[in-house]
Amino acid sequence: MSSIATADVGHHGGTDPHADHHHHELGFLQKWVFSTDHKVIGLQYGVTGLSFLFFGFLLMLVMRWQLANPGIAVPVVGGFLRSVFGETVMTDAGALTAAGYNVFGAMHGTIMVFFGIVPVAVAGFGNYVVPLQIGAPDMAFPKLNMASFWCFFTSCVLMMGSFFLKGSAAKSGWTAYPPLAGIADFENGNIWLNGQTMWLIAMVFNITGSLLGSINFITTIIQLRAPGLTWMRLPFFVWAQFVTAFLLVLAFPPLEAAGFMQLTDRVLGTSFFMPTGLVVGQSVAQTWSGGGSPILWQHLFWFLAHPEVYVLILPAIGIVSEIVANNTRKPLYGYKAMVYSVFTLGFLSFIVWAHHMYMTGMGAKVAAFFQVTTIMISVPSVILLTALLLSLWGGSIRFNTPMLFATSFLPMFGLGGLTGIPLAFNAVDLFLHDTYYVIGHFHYVVAPGTIFGLFAGVYFWYPKVTGRKMSEFLGKVHFWGSLLAINGLFFPMFIQGMGGVHRRWYDGGVTYEQLAGPVLHWNKVMTVSAGILALFQLVFIFNFFTSWKFGKKVGRNPWDATTLDWDTPTPPPHGNFDKPIEVFRGPYEYSVPGYHADFHPQTSRD
Amino acid sequence: MLNKLMGIVPNASEHGRAVEHMLEMCHWFMLVLFVGWGTFFLVSVYKFNKKKHPNADYHGVRSHASTHAEFAVIFIEASLLLGFAVPLWGKRVVDIPDQSEALRVRAIGEQYAWNFHYAGPDGVFGKQSAKFVSPSNPLGLDPDDESGKDDIVSKNELHVVNQQPVVLEVSSKDVIHAVSIPHMRVAQDAIPGTKVPLWFRPVKLGKYEIVCAQLCGAGHYAMRSHIFVEKQEEFDAFQKELNQMQHPATAPAK
Repeated sequence: MSSIATADVGHHGGTDPHADHHHHELGFLQKWVFSTDHKVIGLQYGVTGLSFLFFGFLLMLVMRWQLANPGIAVPVVGGFLRSVFGETVMTDAGALTAAGYNVFGAMHGTIMVFFGIVPVAVAGFGNYVVPLQIGAPDMAFPKLNMASFWCFFTSCVLMMGSFFLKGSAAKSGWTAYPPLAGIADFENGNIWLNGQTMWLIAMVFNITGSLLGSINFITTIIQLRAPGLTWMRLPFFVWAQFVTAFLLVLAFPPLEAAGFMQLTDRVLGTSFFMPTGLVVGQSVAQTWSGGGSPILWQHLFWFLAHPEVYVLILPAIGIVSEIVANNTRKPLYGYKAMVYSVFTLGFLSFIVWAHHMYMTGMGAKVAAFFQVTTIMISVPSVILLTALLLSLWGGSIRFNTPMLFATSFLPMFGLGGLTGIPLAFNAVDLFLHDTYYVIGHFHYVVAPGTIFGLFAGVYFWYPKVTGRKMSEFLGKVHFWGSLLAINGLFFPMFIQGMGGVHRRWYDGGVTYEQLAGPVLHWNKVMTVSAGILALFQLVFIFNFFTSWKFGKKVGRNPWDATTLDWDTPTPPPHGNFDKPIEVFRGPYEYSVPGYHADFHPQTSRD
Repeated sequence: MLNKLMGIVPNASEHGRAVEHMLEMCHWFMLVLFVGWGTFFLVSVYKFNKKKHPNADYHGVRSHASTHAEFAVIFIEASLLLGFAVPLWGKRVVDIPDQSEALRVRAIGEQYAWNFHYAGPDGVFGKQSAKFVSPSNPLGLDPDDESGKDDIVSKNELHVVNQQPVVLEVSSKDVIHAVSIPHMRVAQDAIPGTKVPLWFRPVKLGKYEIVCAQLCGAGHYAMRSHIFVEKQEEFDAFQKELNQMQHPATAPAK
């Protein structure tokens, strides 16, 4: 199917290495900055995203300090933070203010989801790995790909810049619910240059970048697969990215529209989300004619943000699948069931969004519908997780760093998934909604779940990207330290949640002596764990940069892997492959009885 | 038992027992699954590491036990859903107690306090409009409306009678707040422009915290109020006292 398709990307020379001489002449700017090469764009996305993940984590570290030590100046860096973030966010003594806590909270959520994980998991790994795994010389639309990154980059600059506006960045939650978000940040008198407006503009750029990228992924995966690479021979990672791209392309447009609508509410005086008769500070708000609905925003927001959860998870499951197959030295258990599950998951993720809105008050029929769909979506999730678990059985497991992260993903993600069960049921959810139980639930899914998956991916593909392995010793230190610390950080959240501690409390619960009093001491445990977790990330950062120069050199296929990404020179040149690629078998032919090696590459003819 | 182990807030409402029961079942279900998966995981990781098992088995698991386990999970989830969750919620929103039986109170949020609005002796709420709102009239009660002249507004203190169902009509003046009373196992967003009923029957005397559970601005963390579950006499005394304070001219002398 793809011999025709590869001809379409003519000037890259398809899979013919000799048609690709001109890439040596590219200047630095064209090669590394304004590049159309999927690998460079993948790296740009990946490194930017990882930096944002770390920055978002640092924001949380300051918040956790405040939760455990309310009103006490942040040690060592308090004065520095005051000079950087200004008086809205930090007191003169160097403690977080209440408004500052809300700024950091809103930006932590926004940054982790839209500027950290999605860029790394989808745009970073997706861009770098998908074309390699399907045997394509590049993405289908290289220029669109570059446009995607620069839209994203613009949104990064705007979002970070908003910290330095008068009144600081957005502070109405990452969900930006109106009317709070609608009336927020007008104190400085400028309807354009303020935190919430800038948040909306940055989000519109961010979403545009994601949409350009996802169209590209869909086209690439459909059109540019190497000859012989039929659908059921695709590595599971490619399937995960394929479904993810559909989620993005279908779910993001409603949020982009909603973002525009909230923007016009703020700058043009429309009232899409502003109801009649709003009384702010004992006087009727005159700016809006009223008649709008705050709940409409919630529907539009969660119509994206629930599929978004799967956008965060699926690429990580894809990465983990690759690594589990490679390091158990056997095929994945139930590959086809996994493929069907990931499709079902993708479809169902569009009809569960209102379980984020049980608190808005829901009639019996609507509530029944969303409870049923929410429970239904647990079925394909359980199938995916079970298939990965069963894949371990009978393997000959190599516990290198990528595999350690990938194996720990299973119980950690399992814990995150299981704690979602009570939240699916409306009446029970109301007791737990917006408590730390929920915070614990989704952080288990996303942090020791997805982010561990991403770490696994970084350690796994690093040798392909740089030609060197990251240090195994430092990798293992990073892994064990992070695993312990992250559980110390997130597990107590379930206990606090059962005790009635709610999220977004600036003082960590001191005000609520009856509810929070008995479980307040856990704040210290969590904060110390967060600090330790941060220290172990320094090990990763150190390893990441030093291995670039000093890591152990490797050849094309250091992990003895079967998929096409390991059939390129290391690092892959512009155009990727140095030989015509043809695929003869499925993606995980490890330990095939009777074959002379324990891995049978997809391209091997015998 | 698992709920207790995790330190659940004590229950103080009638339907709270059903909620707790269901949460307990969920936790057992989760625990069984986690221990089951976890055991399989640990055994696999131990038994099939490279040293112990140098050659991988191409076929891996051959039994279909996992399919049965999968169906068991679906069956349990379906029973939780249809047997418990749906009826439980139906009871919350379909069978709302009517006026004769229940105490009706309006809970109106503002940055950063709750106004609990009682209809007063006549049992009828006065007409309200945003245009009448002022510091002395925070709810915008129409001064010309007779039914509003005996209305009582209590700030941050919700007084209710033990064993009598309470219907809170939850709303907001400015941004979205939420009434969450963990002891009563209820929560409801307060969305400006809407008025949504929330009901429960308190069954334990005492004073419990009411949480604002939706981010409402810089003072959100301190927007705490209380619910007082009282005997009828205490409740009457509270009503009388506020009535005298807020309507000194019309209230009967002590």
